[in-house]
Amino acid sequence: MKVVEERFHSVRLMPERCQGCVNCTKRCPTEAIRIRGGKACITSSRCIDCGECIRHCPSHAKTAVTDEIADLKKYKHNIALPAPALYGQFKADIPVRAILSGLLKLGFDEVFEVAHGAEIISLAIRDYLKRTDVPRPAISSACPAIVRLIQVKFPEIINHIVPFDAPVEVAARLARAEAERLRGLDPKDIGVWFITPCPAKMTAVYQPLGTEKSSISGAIAINKIYHELFKVVTADVQDARRQASWVGVGWAIPGGETSAIGVDNILIVHDINHATNVLEQVALGKLKDVDYIEVLACDGGCIGGALTVENHYVAEHCMKQRIEKKKIQDPKLGILPRSDYSEFELGIAGRRAIEPKPAMRLDADISKAMSKIEIMDATLKSLPGLDCGSCGSPNCKALAEDIAQGRASLTDCVFLLRNKVRDLAYEMVNLAAKLPPPLDKEKEE
Amino acid sequence: MSAESGIELEFVLESADFNGAGEASSKIKRTLQQLGVRPDIIRRIAISAYEAEMNVIIHASRGVIKAGIHSDRTELVVEDEGPGIADIGLAMQEGFSTAPDHIREMGFGAGMGLPNMARCTDKFDIKSEKNVGTKLRMVIYH
Repeated sequence: MKVVEERFHSVRLMPERCQGCVNCTKRCPTEAIRIRGGKACITSSRCIDCGECIRHCPSHAKTAVTDEIADLKKYKHNIALPAPALYGQFKADIPVRAILSGLLKLGFDEVFEVAHGAEIISLAIRDYLKRTDVPRPAISSACPAIVRLIQVKFPEIINHIVPFDAPVEVAARLARAEAERLRGLDPKDIGVWFITPCPAKMTAVYQPLGTEKSSISGAIAINKIYHELFKVVTADVQDARRQASWVGVGWAIPGGETSAIGVDNILIVHDINHATNVLEQVALGKLKDVDYIEVLACDGGCIGGALTVENHYVAEHCMKQRIEKKKIQDPKLGILPRSDYSEFELGIAGRRAIEPKPAMRLDADISKAMSKIEIMDATLKSLPGLDCGSCGSPNCKALAEDIAQGRASLTDCVFLLRNKVRDLAYEMVNLAAKLPPPLDKEKEE
Repeated sequence: MSAESGIELEFVLESADFNGAGEASSKIKRTLQQLGVRPDIIRRIAISAYEAEMNVIIHASRGVIKAGIHSDRTELVVEDEGPGIADIGLAMQEGFSTAPDHIREMGFGAGMGLPNMARCTDKFDIKSEKNVGTKLRMVIYH
């Protein structure tokens, strides 16, 4: 699994489970899936690892490849980076420190909350939005599925994405630096594991966005460790560890990011389809008077991630209770929101531009692409327009595109095929009535 | 293929059709993406088309937007039947708008449309006749 392909994807198909139904093709926001040979096939260049197909597959044939607790033995010193969304899987009366202690019991040597990274990024974005020379609306970089959606479908607004790492990357860098400094560990002996709510973050470990190399060693799905963790987390465990404040923890729920940043003129968008609609508006030059868009691919934000356990409405309720509790208790325990950050913490030195990955292009040669569009348009007119998906493409337009690309044929459409069979049947009936002249008695004269 | 062959897209725009607003621009944009036109160029074309589309929906009674996409350029022609523009020089100034209050309340009609289009395009030509209509011709080189 550690072999990094040119395009690594966490989202995979389990062919033995796939029934070849068309549910996933219709849910995929980039139309990356086709049914071929009775199985779903994912087009790598278009997949943004959002996890929509995992969520909607009735046969649970889509899965997310993540690492396992067993992978910890590859390193001498292992650090867990729990996403704030992990806390939403537990009731609010189980304190964060109990969950962190639980992770230690599972075999990690150290725990470093991603929420620390979220606090630093919140401050950096607050400062960034004070600038008047940056494109408005600025778009959050926290959700890797959204960043990839922009790369693939909206490359023209890449410069709207705030130029900062996602909180988990910041947390990983700090956790690593701390382990090297305080414990004198060799970087290659340190394993940094993100406890992830979604496959998009897993993919970001192997295909980092905006940095050369991720500081994270791997990602372990929340739903993979939940069962073991649940058994060892008890409310009475009070292992005191340095904790992040409510500001960072709040990032798990919709609106948490923007309230941490402290800006008012904002949009909060979650669910990949709503996100697509809003990004389309930004691409048309609208929403210039909005300062910031918090945009997350999952319905319900990170707690709605495809690899979480708890229903996201329930998790949101628990998180809100937890945040209110923390707001009161944190100051008493000396846990205060951060007030400043350094360039090292932000990782400015390691940043590189996020490249467009336009995957909608039909051909590298513009005149060939034009002929393909003409074929597409002509084809689309002959298709029934029912968007049934029985051909294995998500809709008639996508089938027209597949035909123009030479990857499908008109008879893949069951309605056109039926018409063709009917025409042939009529022709056969007509032909059956015809006799060779020597046998044709009616034609005697 | 000669520079003159290309793709013609045409959309009919209806007055006050705010639900359909942006559809034509989105489709033009999608076609440009399929052709592999550079993202920053696509953005300028999409913004110009959208502003023009909105102008017809806000001010005119009906209109047509045509996009002629060639390998080296995109031409946008927007023709409408409507009140026309009395003073084009004035309309080209940022912040000048004749949009009525109910349109402004919806967040449109800030008086940025024409200057924005002029800024985004390489060639910008506007002809208008009072009580007849307006014709815009814009060219953006790829």
